[in-house]
Amino acid sequence: MEAGKGIRRKKIQATDLMNKVMSDYFYNLNEAATSGKQKVAWCTSVGPAELLRAMGFAVHFPENHAAMLGATRMSTDLIPEANSVGYSPEICSYLTADIGAWMKKITPLSKAYPGIESVPKPDVLVYNTNQCRDVQDWFSWYSKELGVPAIGISSPKNVVEVTEGHIDDVARQIEALIPTLESIAGNKLDMHRLRETVALSRECSELWKKVLETATASPAPLTFFDGTIHMGPAVCLRGTREAIDYYNVLLAELEGRVEEGVAAVDDERLRIYWEGMPVWGRLRQNSDLFAGLHTSVLASTYCSSWIFPSFDANDPIRSMAKAYLELFIVRSDAYKEKYIKGMLEKYRIDGIIYHDAKTCPYNSNSRYGLPQRVETETGIPCLILSGDLNDLRCVSDEQTKTNIEAFVEQLQESK
Amino acid sequence: MMIDTSSDRSGRAVYVGLDMGSSRSKVVVIDDAGQMLGHAVKKSGTDFSKTAKACLDSALEMAGAEFRDIVHAVATGYGRSNVAFVTEENKTEIGCLARGGHHYFPEAITIIDIGGQDNKIIKVDAAGHRLNFKMNRKCAAGTGAFLEEMSARLDVSLEEMNFLAREAREMIKLGSYCTVFSATEVLESIRNGKNVNDIVKGIFYSMIRRVLEMDSLTDRVVVTGGVVAHNGYLVEMVSEMIGRSVLLAEHPQMVGAVGAALYARDGKNSAGATTSKVPSTGD
Repeated sequence: MEAGKGIRRKKIQATDLMNKVMSDYFYNLNEAATSGKQKVAWCTSVGPAELLRAMGFAVHFPENHAAMLGATRMSTDLIPEANSVGYSPEICSYLTADIGAWMKKITPLSKAYPGIESVPKPDVLVYNTNQCRDVQDWFSWYSKELGVPAIGISSPKNVVEVTEGHIDDVARQIEALIPTLESIAGNKLDMHRLRETVALSRECSELWKKVLETATASPAPLTFFDGTIHMGPAVCLRGTREAIDYYNVLLAELEGRVEEGVAAVDDERLRIYWEGMPVWGRLRQNSDLFAGLHTSVLASTYCSSWIFPSFDANDPIRSMAKAYLELFIVRSDAYKEKYIKGMLEKYRIDGIIYHDAKTCPYNSNSRYGLPQRVETETGIPCLILSGDLNDLRCVSDEQTKTNIEAFVEQLQESK
Repeated sequence: MMIDTSSDRSGRAVYVGLDMGSSRSKVVVIDDAGQMLGHAVKKSGTDFSKTAKACLDSALEMAGAEFRDIVHAVATGYGRSNVAFVTEENKTEIGCLARGGHHYFPEAITIIDIGGQDNKIIKVDAAGHRLNFKMNRKCAAGTGAFLEEMSARLDVSLEEMNFLAREAREMIKLGSYCTVFSATEVLESIRNGKNVNDIVKGIFYSMIRRVLEMDSLTDRVVVTGGVVAHNGYLVEMVSEMIGRSVLLAEHPQMVGAVGAALYARDGKNSAGATTSKVPSTGD
């Protein structure tokens, strides 16, 4: 079996608007950093962005920048720069690509947005280790390099149930950040503004959830590959009106597709769940491969990780703590299994693909027997793909292709 | 020119499977009953299409058939897209190994295939349905490429290795996963005056371990691929290591090509017309 050539997933019309929203975001960030009119904070992807926005910071997300390095296939050449100063090729290739880019003084932002010469220089670096320990190491490097403080939250790991004790701990850590942030921002935290920001984040999260859930329809109107692109505002602009306005437009388009039976992948024959990180440098290639096989990869843990049902404007700090703790990546395997099984059922999945990303153990859930347990319990076949999010030296295109084609063959023959 | 040959055959209808591996190309010709009539294997080299043609000619000659007798052909393997002169239909090698393996052993089996560039463990149920499969990671450990690297380090030919391993009195153990580190261990053994036979046996053992650790095995195990076809002692070692006998097809290297040929046979329509492109002679 080989993928049909020239078959691609259907383009989403709202993409042009999203590009405008993201362009405005990056130019505003650049303006903040170069003019000094607004303080700049760097934040991990599920760090306390609501707090930073409410205090008036322009917020940059290095993980987003690292994903751009991957998607533009710049990362593989930059990773060795960080390797050469002691950051191993075995650790997070977001970290090594991003630090490598800084060392080489290059950024994909310059090409995409003329006039931007650099990532915005930070006034403060704020992390949450709910993602992994690497984000703290990542920000520590910049802290030393740029002489700016790195402060953050140390989250518990392998959480089965999020308890009041967990929430107390993280809420106290969020509160402890406030004095430092106030002194850098030059103003006091306005609780009313924080409540507003949390409310906006909640609304963004709900809309993003609805966007992703349109893929419960058969045929699915969007794919995982669309999701990795259109999640930009949910990652970089949560807590803002712009993100909400954008997702209202996107949702309307996708609901229109569902109503008219328009498929993202022509003649959808199989429905696949993607567990793990995207291979950023192979988004188009993988998307085309699946589309050519009439197979829709339509749901994922990754894109769904920016759904935060617990944000509550009435209790902003504790609800932020709860939302950050409920993140899939922080949770125990028992929770993850239950979550994945729920997703398989909800999206009526035929097969699940686990991406074992060489440099991202935290997002590779195929290393402790989870795929085998889920397969035994659900009867839904799985495939484990070896690869990486950003380091294409760890990706074998031919093996990926053969594995995916063989998996699709297997699923079709058993249908 | 591509033609439907159903009304222009010289003799009996035949079906062709082409397994274009990274190291070797294998072509099999079968009849309606799935009997192998002809087969050929050649080094794949750099021109897959040319090698495939040469293999096909040899296999057809052995089968006593001509190009125009081909009802249908299916390609598989690394170079499966490079044989458009005979067919544009292809299946993955995993599918073909499962099909071919179950053809020889129609029961619930685990197929261990050790190829030149990669290895696979494929589980098939009693009805012939694939249950799951695993390929090696992006690493040469446990593949034919590992053996090739080691034969170069030891300056012995691949063909000699089976004999040398069988003659071993002891076995040196290689602890590394990595081919490069294993080669360093081999060099260390050479420097320490270890017997080459014992080193080769250690290399075989290491290779089998790397493959066996990929997945669990069912009761009945079939081994396939060029490495096992040419190294009978390695098959014996597999059997010893898993504690039960393993099954070997008559032509272990051809199982994938046989699977492709069976897909070709099953893919023809009820009128016998081909769904793939089969060339006229001299096309």
